[in-house]
Amino acid sequence: MPKQQANWSPYDNNGGSCVAIAGADYCVIAADTRMSTGYNILTRDYSKICKLADKCVMASSGFQADVKALQKHLAARHLIYQHQHNKQMSCPAMAQLLSNTLYYKRFFPYYSFNVLGGLDNEGKGCVFTYDAVGSYEKVGYSSQGSGSTLIMPFLDNQLKSPSPLLLPVQDAVTPLAEAEAVDLVKTVFASASERDIYTGDKLEIVVINADGIRREYMDLRKD
Amino acid sequence: MNFMASKQPENSLLGPESDSQRTLYPYVTGTSVVALKYKDGILMAADMGGSYGSTLRYKNVERMKAIGKHSLLGASGEISDFQEILRYLDELILYDNMWDDGNSLGPKEVHNYLTRVMYNRRNKFNPLWNSLVLGGIKNGQKYLGTVSMIGVNFEDNHVATGFGNHLARPILRQEWHENLSFEDGVRLLEKCMRVLLYRDRSAINKLQIAKITEEGMTISQPYSLKTYWEFSAFENPTQGAVGSW
Repeated sequence: MPKQQANWSPYDNNGGSCVAIAGADYCVIAADTRMSTGYNILTRDYSKICKLADKCVMASSGFQADVKALQKHLAARHLIYQHQHNKQMSCPAMAQLLSNTLYYKRFFPYYSFNVLGGLDNEGKGCVFTYDAVGSYEKVGYSSQGSGSTLIMPFLDNQLKSPSPLLLPVQDAVTPLAEAEAVDLVKTVFASASERDIYTGDKLEIVVINADGIRREYMDLRKD
Repeated sequence: MNFMASKQPENSLLGPESDSQRTLYPYVTGTSVVALKYKDGILMAADMGGSYGSTLRYKNVERMKAIGKHSLLGASGEISDFQEILRYLDELILYDNMWDDGNSLGPKEVHNYLTRVMYNRRNKFNPLWNSLVLGGIKNGQKYLGTVSMIGVNFEDNHVATGFGNHLARPILRQEWHENLSFEDGVRLLEKCMRVLLYRDRSAINKLQIAKITEEGMTISQPYSLKTYWEFSAFENPTQGAVGSW
C-alpha cells in the first residue's frame, strides 16, 4: 500500500494585519482584533499584541496557535533573562532573540508574521520587521499580515522613508508627533478594512513612550 | 536463518515512529457543540450521535463531561480521541486534588492545558482529531473557550464547533446579550440546535443541554426537539429538483 498522504494541514491562516511606526521618543504598535479561518470569523475580539518587556511590544499575525506558542516562548525566555541579569531585555536584544527563535524552527516554521516595536536603550523609537523564518531588519515603520500589501505602500508615501542605501546613513525614524502617528495608524486600518476581508472589527493601538505604555481602541468595519 | 520476524512494518525507515501509529483520518465522530455564557454560568448543548462515516452507529454518546469542580468540556470529532483526552484530564485533576491545598484548577487553566496538549500533538504530526469547547465558572468569573485539533484557541461569549460555526454563530451574534436568564439561554441554544438538526446531515434529534454554575454541573436527560416539516417546499421535494435545496 503506497504511503498515505496527510489529509490535514498543520497550518491555518487566521488573518489580520499589524503595523508599527517608530518616532523620535515614542513607538506606535497596532493590530486589528479579528480572528478568522477560511471565510468564517471565529471571534471579533482577539488581541494580536503581546508585551514582551517593559519597552518592547510585539504584534503578530498568521497562524494563531504558532503565534501564541511564540509569544509564550519569548515571555519565558525574558523571565529567565531577568533572573540572570536583574534587568529588562532591551528592544534590540529581544529583536535578536525573536530572530533566533524563528530560525530555530527553519524546517517546520512558526507561521507567524511579526513586527516588534519599542524604545531602544536611549529612549528612541525602534521597529523591527520579520518574515516567518527570522530574517529581520531595523526600520522606521512596517506592516505585516493580510492587509500589509494595502498598508505598506501608503505608509511609504506618508512617511517618506529615505533610502537605506544612502550615505551617510539616515535616520528612518519619523519626525511626526505621537498624535499624528496614531492618527495615521487609524487612517491606515480604516482603509485596509475596506478592501481586505480579513481585517476589521476593532483596532487595538499600543503606544510606548517615556511615560510608559498606553492602550487605545477604535471600531472598524464588521463586514 | 530467521531468528525473529521483524516487528517493524515495512515503512519504518523513520525508526521507532512508524507512520502506522499516526492519525490519518477520524473514524467515529461527533458533530457540533454549541455553548454560550449566561447570567449564572455557561450553557452547552450537543447531540448524542456518534457517526461512522455516513452511518449513524452510536446514538447514546455523551459528548459533554464535567472536569473537576469548575469546568465543562464538550467535544466534536473523533470520539476515541475525546475519551483519551478525558483520561489525560482525569490525571490532571487527580494530581491537582492530591495537593490538597484548597486550590483547584479553574476553566482557564484547563483550557490552557488542553491547548498545549492539542498543539503539541499537532507538532508531532499526530493530532487528536477534536474540536473542544471548555466552559466554566470560578469565583464568579465566567469563562468559555475553544481549541481546535491544530491548536487554534480563543475565548468568547459564545462558541461552536464544526457546522455550529456556520449555522449557530450567526444566530448567537444576533440574539446573544449579557445576563441571559437560564430560560432564555436554553431557548437560544435550542434555536441553534434546531437549525443544525435541519441542515447538518450528521446531527440527530437526541440532545443534552449541560449547565455549569458556581453550584456545580448538571446535565439534562436526553430529549428531542420539535420540528416542523409541513413547509410546502418539503412536500414532494423532488418537484423542483433543478436548483432546489
